Amino acid sequence: MSEVKIEKLRKSYGPVEVLKDIDLTVENGSFVVLVGPSGCGKSTLLRSIAGLEPVTSGSMTIGGKKVNDLPPAQREIAMVFQSYALYPHMDVYNNMAFGLKFAKTPKADIDARVNEAARILQLEPLLKRRPRELSGGQRQRVAIGRAIVRKPQVFLFDEPLSNLDAALRINTRVEIAKLHKMLKATIVYVTHDQVEAMTLADKIVVMNKGRIEQTGKPLDLYYKPANLFVAGFIGSPAMNFLTATVKQGGVLVLSDGQELKVKLPNSCGPGDAVTLGCRPEHMTLGGSGTFKLNGMIDLIERLGESGFAHVRLPSGQTVIAEVRGDPGTSSGQTATLTFDADHLHLFNAEGQRLD
Amino acid sequence: MRKPASSLVVHAILGLYTALALFPILLVIMNSFKARKAIFGAPLSFPTPSTFSLIGYDKVFGDSKIISYYVNSITVTGGTIFFTLLFGAMAAWALTEYKFRWNTLLALFFSIGIMVPIRLGSVSIIQLVVQMHLINTLSALILVYTAQNLPLAIFILSEFIAQIPKDLREAGRCDGLSEYNIFFHIVLPLIRPAMATVAVFTMIPVWNDLWFPLLLAPTGGKQTITLGIQQFLGQYITDWNAVLSALSTAIIPVLILYVIFSRQLIRGLTSGAVK
Repeated sequence: MSEVKIEKLRKSYGPVEVLKDIDLTVENGSFVVLVGPSGCGKSTLLRSIAGLEPVTSGSMTIGGKKVNDLPPAQREIAMVFQSYALYPHMDVYNNMAFGLKFAKTPKADIDARVNEAARILQLEPLLKRRPRELSGGQRQRVAIGRAIVRKPQVFLFDEPLSNLDAALRINTRVEIAKLHKMLKATIVYVTHDQVEAMTLADKIVVMNKGRIEQTGKPLDLYYKPANLFVAGFIGSPAMNFLTATVKQGGVLVLSDGQELKVKLPNSCGPGDAVTLGCRPEHMTLGGSGTFKLNGMIDLIERLGESGFAHVRLPSGQTVIAEVRGDPGTSSGQTATLTFDADHLHLFNAEGQRLD
Repeated sequence: MRKPASSLVVHAILGLYTALALFPILLVIMNSFKARKAIFGAPLSFPTPSTFSLIGYDKVFGDSKIISYYVNSITVTGGTIFFTLLFGAMAAWALTEYKFRWNTLLALFFSIGIMVPIRLGSVSIIQLVVQMHLINTLSALILVYTAQNLPLAIFILSEFIAQIPKDLREAGRCDGLSEYNIFFHIVLPLIRPAMATVAVFTMIPVWNDLWFPLLLAPTGGKQTITLGIQQFLGQYITDWNAVLSALSTAIIPVLILYVIFSRQLIRGLTSGAVK
């Protein structure tokens, strides 16, 4: 059992609250990704779990044991830092064995564990090297190895891939996913990269301004974002938002005066301001969708198999639509965007999802 | 690329300065190998077979007191380096790593220590040492020198410790190290070049100092070598052979220490550069 349970956790630096009422359960063996923009408190939350930051109030248990006042070492966690934080004056073997030596682990046991970790991470030929003689990816693996040998209840990853180049990042991402499957470890992983979040997580926790905005499976967050923040944060490019007002009889009036007939929830009354959300891949350039928006193409980003058309509406707002293949149009031309009601997300004036 | 002409000028200036700095040392060493007459007759000439003499060295090493003065000097310098580095690094670590109430004030207090010359407090230091019954002991010298060198040591080591990434110390904490173990096994190895720097500039003034040995340990066989040599300088007669030989040999221990520490310096510089 290595469940992490966090209840009513608060953390403030003087008058500034950086974590507000965090409730979170990380189930045994699950991979939970904390994601959010910089400064949202995700790293602080991770460091609180690690015991590197004292919390102001609330409770935290790891494997059923209350850990609020325990130092990091007694929490049975292992952390992988963004900067790897390898000890520069020790070789790879000693970097991994260092913590165990101080825990008075028998020498043979240390040897066995380090060699096992080295085998899993393919570090065997590198055991005698110093960190500065390793590439970024190798250092990353050593940092993970150092975590593995401690056999912790919970692994904590603090943006482990952000110092790697693009190709290596994808590789290492796959490695981490495999590692999680193999070790069946409980992992809490912090990132600002939503692709990492989507691909790795069993459960994503989207944070903003010290609060948890939404917790859920990756695709749930994608298809049913609970509020405007999550809708805008998950997905790349971000979801398009159009403001509208509700008129009698379930009709929405867009800011350009166009009327859209959609199925509105009962909680919506005439005169309410709402926000419509539609992802770029659900908008087409000149397709046959129910709803149409006219505008001028500002720019087309061509990625190869697909591309993104940035279309400026008469209101001045820019909407992004995904285009397949070569759209045959170019910037400066007028275009019609179409989309269907099926893929619309509706949010009320407070930014909460309307269903 | 620097132009050869300007490089030549730079080297000429540096060469001139080196010659100027080395000249007195050369003079001392040269004359220490000459007979008394030759020292006065031709002080600027090298020893020749006819003027060569080891009489000065014979006197110095024949005198068991002088040997013990060397040992005293080495003890005092070594002890001072040890305590300055140990306490300096510990204080620097505490001041940079931990946030406590009097942190800033304490740091300020130490930096004032850099500015106030310790010799201003000589009278009170003597009174203190007398009251502690430490007069004519090496401990008195080590204590005073450590106090004298601590402020600057703390200042410099703090800068270096602040440069150690925070993640490293936290990785240590996650690995279950106590704060002492983090200090001794992570922080100290990483600031070795800085410690070598501090050791070098701690060592030389301590080795050369005449003031405090004269005040605190002038007799009782606890003289340091700089003080001990004074016995050859009399009011009427000065035994130049012995003085010059003693001076020449006094360079050696400090030179050895310097070589040891400067190795660390160079190693530290390059290991940082590769990263």
